[in-house]
Amino acid sequence: MSGSPSSMRTPLGRVRNLGASHSGTTDFWRQRLTGVAMTLLIVPVLVVILTLVGRNHAAAAQILGSLPIAIILLLFIIASTWHMKIGMQVVIEDYVHNETLKLVSIMANNFFCFVVALASIYALLKLSSGV
Amino acid sequence: MTARIERPLSPHLQTYRWTLTMALSIVHRATGMALYVGTLLLAWWLIAAASGPSAYANLQAFTGSFIGKLIVFGYTWALMHHLLSGIRHFVWDLGYGFKANEREALTWAALIGGIVLTVLIWIIAYAIGGGR
Repeated sequence: MSGSPSSMRTPLGRVRNLGASHSGTTDFWRQRLTGVAMTLLIVPVLVVILTLVGRNHAAAAQILGSLPIAIILLLFIIASTWHMKIGMQVVIEDYVHNETLKLVSIMANNFFCFVVALASIYALLKLSSGV
Repeated sequence: MTARIERPLSPHLQTYRWTLTMALSIVHRATGMALYVGTLLLAWWLIAAASGPSAYANLQAFTGSFIGKLIVFGYTWALMHHLLSGIRHFVWDLGYGFKANEREALTWAALIGGIVLTVLIWIIAYAIGGGR
């Protein structure tokens, strides 16, 4: 059918089931999912940030620690760090062709996004607990 | 390994006439990369708030400086542009807006809208924060 040498189909085009990455379109879907989530969250997030412009530490800490605001920011942080992890991985896969360097870059990307997410989440939880 | 088939290759970027959608596709990716690094600022802000008054004062000294304001202004534009450009991608994902004039209109809307929203946000920020 498509296996003859004269075929124009690529090996990728003949790949079965979830393909070489074994995850199919998961990342494609998650990138859209997190993108839509941030589109919905952007207005409340901007309101929170604008509310804090020019305020001192005591006021900022109190506002950031309030329940609805902390939840809005937590949701935004989870969506954005996930979104940027997928986005950067696409860029790495496009431009880094050396297999080892690609692996290292993808690993560093995961570490960076996870650290930014965890640090931000921890800071928000600390503000919420008022310690 | 399968035997390699000699297929025609598509020409690379420099062969094509530059179009608006092409340039803005690159800008979408570039703003995404800028926002990636920019989240450090967001994380710093939250960590500083959780750490105490002196850490928060350090952050405010940075964001209040000329270079700090420039970075936050750039971050605002990157975020607003990437947002609108991303919404444009959602429209395309749903199968709409592929006609030549529609593509161009969506792309111009993202470009102009991103700049307008950025300026608007900063006007609001100055109106609110200026008095504090």
